[in-house]
Amino acid sequence: MCSLTLFPPPLQDGQTTLCESNNELLSGSNTQNASPMSLHFPRESLKLHSRTESSSKAAFLDHSETLWMRSAAAWRDGGLTGLLNEITDSNSEVPKWLSVGSGCILALLRWISSFHSSLFPHLTLSSEDMIAEFSQVLNWSDCVVRAFAWHPHTDKFAVALLDESIKIYNPKSTTTPTLKHRLQRNVAAMQWKPLCASALAVACQNCVLVWHVDPCSLSARPSSSCAQVLSHPGHAPVTSIAWSPSGALLLSASPMDTSMMVWDVAAESCVPLQRVGGGGVTFLSWSPDGSHVLASTPSALFRVWETRMWTCERWPCLKGRCQSGCWSPDGSRLLFAVEGETVIYALTFAGAPDISTSSLKGPQAAAVVADLSETTFHTEDGDLIVGGEIQSLAWDPRGERLAVLLKGDPQATNRPAIIAVFKTRTSPIFELLPCGFVQGEPGVEPRLMQFHPNFQHGALLTVCWSSGRITHVPFYFLTSAVPVVGLSGSPSLLHPLERPADFASQSLFTELLS
Amino acid sequence: MFAADSGCWFTQKVLCWRAAASVAWSVLLLPASTAAFVVLSKLSVLHPVQMFADCVSVLLSAGSVFSFVLLAGVIIMVGFLTFEYYTVIPSIACSKVALLGQLLHPRQLLYCLAHGVMGVVVGWSCAVTIGYRYERLAYLCPQKDRDGLLHMCLNEHHLLLLLEGGFVGLSHSLLGVIQNLNYVSFGTVQQHKYLCFKASLPLAAKCSAAQAFYSVRNFVLLYFFLGHIPRAWMCKSLSLHLDSSAHPLDSISGLLDLSLLYLLWISATYLLFSWYMTLLLFRIFVTEAYSFPVQSTFTEEAPQCLPKVLSEKQPMILKFLALQDLSLLSQHSPSRRSQVFSLSQPGGHPHNWNAISKECLSLLADLTQRLVSYHETVATNGRTKSLSSGSDRKTSSESSGTEDLASCRPTFLMKTPASVFLRSVGAGPQSPLTSPFTPDLDSPFASPTLRQLTSPVDPGSPWHGVVQSPHVMRRAPKLWSTSTDSQRNGSPPASPATLPTPKPESSKPSFLAQFFQNRREQLPEASSQALFADGQAHIWALDGLSYLVQASFTEDQFGVVQTTLPSILSSMLLLQEAVDRHFKLPHASSKPVRSTISLGDSSHKTLRFALRATLKTAIYRITTTFGAHLHAVQLSAEHRKRLQHFLEYKE
Repeated sequence: MCSLTLFPPPLQDGQTTLCESNNELLSGSNTQNASPMSLHFPRESLKLHSRTESSSKAAFLDHSETLWMRSAAAWRDGGLTGLLNEITDSNSEVPKWLSVGSGCILALLRWISSFHSSLFPHLTLSSEDMIAEFSQVLNWSDCVVRAFAWHPHTDKFAVALLDESIKIYNPKSTTTPTLKHRLQRNVAAMQWKPLCASALAVACQNCVLVWHVDPCSLSARPSSSCAQVLSHPGHAPVTSIAWSPSGALLLSASPMDTSMMVWDVAAESCVPLQRVGGGGVTFLSWSPDGSHVLASTPSALFRVWETRMWTCERWPCLKGRCQSGCWSPDGSRLLFAVEGETVIYALTFAGAPDISTSSLKGPQAAAVVADLSETTFHTEDGDLIVGGEIQSLAWDPRGERLAVLLKGDPQATNRPAIIAVFKTRTSPIFELLPCGFVQGEPGVEPRLMQFHPNFQHGALLTVCWSSGRITHVPFYFLTSAVPVVGLSGSPSLLHPLERPADFASQSLFTELLS
Repeated sequence: MFAADSGCWFTQKVLCWRAAASVAWSVLLLPASTAAFVVLSKLSVLHPVQMFADCVSVLLSAGSVFSFVLLAGVIIMVGFLTFEYYTVIPSIACSKVALLGQLLHPRQLLYCLAHGVMGVVVGWSCAVTIGYRYERLAYLCPQKDRDGLLHMCLNEHHLLLLLEGGFVGLSHSLLGVIQNLNYVSFGTVQQHKYLCFKASLPLAAKCSAAQAFYSVRNFVLLYFFLGHIPRAWMCKSLSLHLDSSAHPLDSISGLLDLSLLYLLWISATYLLFSWYMTLLLFRIFVTEAYSFPVQSTFTEEAPQCLPKVLSEKQPMILKFLALQDLSLLSQHSPSRRSQVFSLSQPGGHPHNWNAISKECLSLLADLTQRLVSYHETVATNGRTKSLSSGSDRKTSSESSGTEDLASCRPTFLMKTPASVFLRSVGAGPQSPLTSPFTPDLDSPFASPTLRQLTSPVDPGSPWHGVVQSPHVMRRAPKLWSTSTDSQRNGSPPASPATLPTPKPESSKPSFLAQFFQNRREQLPEASSQALFADGQAHIWALDGLSYLVQASFTEDQFGVVQTTLPSILSSMLLLQEAVDRHFKLPHASSKPVRSTISLGDSSHKTLRFALRATLKTAIYRITTTFGAHLHAVQLSAEHRKRLQHFLEYKE
């Protein structure tokens, strides 16, 4: 087992990673060329809400209403606890037994809920904190770009911004539609529907929105009637969504809800798949071949669902919850990272189960494939510590590059968040080789990353930075494996592997060693 | 009832067993729900030990065993009726009158009657189980009469429970028609039966409690007004006396007995819950995926193979299950796909693929044809032709016309409710208001109960009792009202008391007439729903075809799919065109109102949206798989252009 010491050292100050070519990461100084595709959303340009909605209550004068009216309003706004609160507070107007009784019930409810939340501590978080806690985005609440989604088939992408709007960029059209909706608040994730040109699912605080943005439309502000609202009581906030690769179903997950929802989007109906253990579902990832779904929970437990009969395997972790995970293109291998640990694990699954073999036999234990514990690099600008916990994982659609977003330490200046990129090979054996670090301008941290789903010349990693800039880092290579049929048309010829660089010859992990 | 002998093996070998298994499970689950009912009926917070002892003694008594046997009989009967009346294609009433026609269908009346009788039986079991003052129908009168003789007196509490059971059973069966309870829909995802059942259990409990609450409310109101009739009838037929010392129950003080209301509610919930369980189990068992062999080595098994079964007409569920199986195998099973793509051994013909693709394509062509002809009807006349109601175009258009007129000014055609009856009985076919169901207005079913039962179909719709709605005026086309105008002027007035003077006070008596007039009006989007009633079959056909075509890119060794690819593409594109045109119609793209809590499956209301999405996805699935190779496929220029949109992701 090897570590980050095998990686080429990080860049000096003032250098940014531009691309990978001939097996080397090339860098340049940051000022010269902002590539035409890169976008910049300065924080100042966004019109943010200065005040949260709950605080506006104080701005209005107190108005005396009858107890009935207030109770009704409290019932509407706050449900049973709101009603009980109202009755307890207005003890001068109601009979004593009523206010005392409701006070007792309230105390009892609080006691029960405290017991419940001591079991699952995440339930005490506010929904915004909860999204920040479980999001794949580093430091989500402070992030200008809150979510990013490439279209699976074309070169367009959607960007969700801090001001609750979503912009859609398409290189082939001059209009950039801006999507706004009353319910579109605190966007945690977005995904385009596969095998469709227009549908974009957005995980919001209270619901899932599915926008239908006509690619031929010239409208810059599609009306909110273009959005379908998918909501289910108790299923909020939604922190993760996943379309099935066949485009038929949409999964949504909320840490507050023990069931994950399988949506038939067109019919706006859902089937809850409930498993109580874990106390919620935080992160979903559908394997590219559609046969498995990873669903992690807020506890030290995650599940791998099989999508034919929707049965699941439980995978208890030792230390913490599963923070992130990604699938190999053929869906046979799952890499995942656990909170509190600095390693990447791998699970191997048998190929797509045939209809005749209903019970699939999964792996028995996860194997550690990479150790990302802290490593100190001595550079000219001083020591730089790289490594630590993992925020998110991304595997390019050909299965050749694996990007790992490391959390870093916001307090320490010499331990920034950084993206480490591995070279991977899935066939004939699984191999992991170091590639390098992707760095941005000085003082700017990567927050979110995603691979382009069908980049012709290798892999294209899109990184959203803390400054509000979005850049694309291409990795040019010739693919060694047969490309995935169906995405790029006719299968191309096999090409010989390129010359291996000297550091790359030291493989981090191969199945032969373990 | 399944006359066709070709699908008979399926009914005998699979369906009956599935239905029997579901009924057996519901009988097995009956003790649990009965125990819960007993505990709830004996509930007393202050004496938990005594309550427990009571419950145990009740559950172990001989009477409860007998009533349990009776209840098991009821469950078996309910299961049998469910099996007889289930359908995989919902019957969608295009107007309220058509709905009334469905309700009054003799077959349906039989169903309702059976449920009413079974409700009475369940009510009796409940009464016996609860015990106390509810246990017996008659008791010894406390007072002697003038002659000093002791008489048997009627126990009204017992009677109340019996009647309530009957009422709840009847209203359950009537509501079942309105909510399409007999419609069996197939789930979006495949799950094991136990998990399905577990997931739907809370819903069943919630639904039965809510439904029981409303039923009890209605029953109590009904009993308050009409309770003396059954009581007197009971006394008379069984020669029982009324206890003068006991308080009559059809009074406010008699009915406002909390424990009585609670017991009524609990027993109604129990009744509905056990029936809903039977229904749910039946649905889960009967929609379980069935794996048909693609091909068989034995000729006698050939009728049971997928290509043959797909083309069966009866029973409908066989076709549905076959299409579901096709869709599943095309997605999940490489080995069965290879059988589909295989060639026949002597001869080398792709019989399997040909049969499957032919059937799927004919399904799609059928839907396309239906959509096109519907669209032509609408486009040429500017009015919709009702599909399922017996009173078709004439009635619908003319009623709309009159209704338009009625909303603008008080109608003069109808003055009084009497004139409605007069015309409906005697005026004959020349009357514009005749409809086959109008004479039923004075039938005993036209009670407030019925009106209240028909209303929950679409409570959010503007047709709900409101006549002067702005929607009504907006919906009526202009051309139309002029045509009815001329007709109105030309036709002799049907009622003798007509004067074409629009006076506000004359609108008052015509309210009832307008009420029924509106009921005959087309329900918005209902005709669109009816068009796509069997959309699930088309969805599976599209899924199956597109997945098979996608798989053929790598798995089809002999190129059997290639020969049909042009026709698959063109039929999909034709359907896409027809669907697109259909969704441009006014009511087609309006979303149905979210149904309130009910076990009735409302998925048929959104089938057209699901079909549209599936169709698009299916075409994209083919275009992304084949990419530029599709340029080599023989297609018409128009289709090629359309396909190019898909290739560029612009649809």
